[in-house]
Amino acid sequence: MKRTFHLLSVTMAAMITSIAPSAAAEELRQGGKLLLTNGIASVEGSTGGGLASWSLIAGNETRDGIGGSVHATVAEFKDYRLDTEGLAVGFFNRVELSYARQALNTKAIGQALGLGYGYKLNQDIYGAKLRVAGDAVYGDPLMPQIAVGIQHKRNLDSQVTDAVGAAESEGTDFYVSATKLFLSHSILIGATARYTKANQGGLLGFGGDKNNDYGVQFEGSLGYQLSRKLVIGGEYRTKPDNLSIAREDDWYDFFAAYAINRNLTLAAAYVDLGSIATSAEQRGGLISLRASF
Amino acid sequence: MLLSLALALSVQDVPANAGPVGDPVTGELPVDPYQQDNANAGARPFKGDKMAKAFGGKDGIKRITDNLVVGITSDPRIEEIFKGQDIVRLRRTLFEQFCYILNAGCNYTGRDMRSAHKNLGTQMADLNALVEILQNVMDQENIAFTLQNRFLAKLAPMKDDVVDR
Repeated sequence: MKRTFHLLSVTMAAMITSIAPSAAAEELRQGGKLLLTNGIASVEGSTGGGLASWSLIAGNETRDGIGGSVHATVAEFKDYRLDTEGLAVGFFNRVELSYARQALNTKAIGQALGLGYGYKLNQDIYGAKLRVAGDAVYGDPLMPQIAVGIQHKRNLDSQVTDAVGAAESEGTDFYVSATKLFLSHSILIGATARYTKANQGGLLGFGGDKNNDYGVQFEGSLGYQLSRKLVIGGEYRTKPDNLSIAREDDWYDFFAAYAINRNLTLAAAYVDLGSIATSAEQRGGLISLRASF
Repeated sequence: MLLSLALALSVQDVPANAGPVGDPVTGELPVDPYQQDNANAGARPFKGDKMAKAFGGKDGIKRITDNLVVGITSDPRIEEIFKGQDIVRLRRTLFEQFCYILNAGCNYTGRDMRSAHKNLGTQMADLNALVEILQNVMDQENIAFTLQNRFLAKLAPMKDDVVDR
């Protein structure tokens, strides 16, 4: 996995240097994206909706500049709390590099497992995304913006991932994502296929005793644009089920994303994660704030 | 009489030396010949009169395009692009284009989008700025957001023809 990550960095560096000269000849131009077309930060730090990935690129930049964002997300559930902070850089609305730190607070569950009340499971996620075709708003009305991405995840609590029966504490997800705003109906549609073996996104490790193979999972988003500043919608994300001790459910949410101004986007969601590590019905609220430039 | 004749001659003299002569009534400057065709508008018109009515007919559309021209020629992000351009012609052809696409009873007599934007040096951020100004102008006319988007959906496919690089 270390080698995958190294390969990833080299590939991304090569991609950036290959596109930079054309833009570097001109003066870099800051900002210029339409409101909300840089999405919000997904739970894994890449640009998306809340739970699903989108093909949009972080930052306010267009193809003529470099932008970025920082975000913080809090999600409170019956037995858990998930805190995520991260940052992302967008190069020429083409390449996105992201980093996020997830901390899953286990509250009373941690105590029951002998880890202590409020024990936190931590995970680092390094992401890279390349927009390969299309434009989410402009161009052919039926041609979505398409991106390919990779997320390298390093769970920092291997004693826990071992204990639940995960095969590894590090893993890499690969995904392809298509997103389009159908202006004539004010509807946003996103679809992502993710090649993964992550348990609960990696918070419970990767692969397991029940299944240790990669598989394709689906993430879908449907949004309705109420104004330039406000989009409401829902998302659905299928998940693997690799651990025999803990059934894993699909995730879904209902969200609202509001552009406070050009630099701040606030998202709120009702989220249902289903069963997490034998604790069923993990439903709750999510609030996410992202600053972009 | 002599004075006014002299004045008239001098007025005619100035443009001849300074550049192309504008239309005596509108001041619009001539352009290289091209084939006039509604297809130059870059989008097919809406069917029916729902959109035309929602945009206030020709009068409403005229206000929108006039205000849009005022907006884009005074917005610090993009005003530079329009320096030295024929704003009289822009005001007329933009109205014709919007009126034609909204099916409000006009023909579009301007050039196609690629020719009209050639060498303007426009970037994506400029197009986005124009879209935002247009949205503000449509807001002023109280046009419902869904109908604004329906209209923008007609313009969005023109991106590759109106952005230079």
